[in-house]
Amino acid sequence: MSQSVADTAAPLEFYQLEDDGVVHDSGTLLGFWIYLMSDALLFATVFATFGVLSSSFAGGPGPRELFDLGLVAVNTSILLLSALTCGLAMISMQGGRLGATQLWLAVTALLGMAFVGIELHEFSEMIAEGATPQRSGYLSGFFTLVGTHGLHVTFGVIWIAVMLVQLRQRGLHQENRRRLLCLSMFWHFLDVIWIGVFTFVYLLGML
Amino acid sequence: MNTHQAAAPGHADADAHDRGGFTLRTYLTGFVLAAILTAVPFWIVMTGAIPGAGTARAVVIAFAIAQIIVQTVTFLHVNARAQGGWTLLAYVFTAVLLVITIAGSIWIMYHLNANMMPGMMGDPTVSPAP
Repeated sequence: MSQSVADTAAPLEFYQLEDDGVVHDSGTLLGFWIYLMSDALLFATVFATFGVLSSSFAGGPGPRELFDLGLVAVNTSILLLSALTCGLAMISMQGGRLGATQLWLAVTALLGMAFVGIELHEFSEMIAEGATPQRSGYLSGFFTLVGTHGLHVTFGVIWIAVMLVQLRQRGLHQENRRRLLCLSMFWHFLDVIWIGVFTFVYLLGML
Repeated sequence: MNTHQAAAPGHADADAHDRGGFTLRTYLTGFVLAAILTAVPFWIVMTGAIPGAGTARAVVIAFAIAQIIVQTVTFLHVNARAQGGWTLLAYVFTAVLLVITIAGSIWIMYHLNANMMPGMMGDPTVSPAP
């Protein structure tokens, strides 16, 4: 095999291309993917708990009394839009456009903050009405599931903030590109989990 | 690294497309499909367009599964070639565990609840069925 490398200049050119655009640190990306899959299993247990408790109202309020589907639709749109802006950040990164990458990441973080803000508003209104996690098994399951997802989004926003500092100080070098790829996987993963949340908690709860 | 050295130049292009080759077209396709697959179930539930609750449930769940697949392919770039197929393998394995965990828990606890109706628990205040 070393012969084939020595014979032609093509492999050298290949390495040059690698440094320019695409990150080939497959170890980290695959490892991070395995982490995301284990995180999905964490969500599976929380979904299962919620599913088991989904009719344990203990005389307390149910989904129809608690939820405003319009607000959930707005929140879902915000998160979906943030997935697109995150993708635009990745495309900018690929093109080596630092300013555009930072801009789209900042927009993604703002949308993420809006999502968490609306969710906290929903929580505070529910708690003000007496629908606290202690009220019923259903509400315990609800706050655990939706809260765990919201916590993930919060940490995603913190991660974006850290990356914005990194980009400002160091630019789009190889390590930052790899970190951004992990960040985008994390963000898109959260959007996929949210599909499960809005379907099973909100939509099926209202039916 | 060795595998990369041995790889033909054509492989490098395919590799780039798998892992880092994000195109605006892919993202926009994913976004539009996801928006449609979100809007329709919300519309179904908010307007009560499907009268039967059972049918509506099945349709809403089907839309959710479709959207999860769309986002996995377009946003997370999972396919059989990425990382030599390991990404897809881990994903499928996780999906199997996820379905077993969620469906299994709900199924078992549903039967537990159904078999623990008042009167069957030996509650002294309720007379047992003759």
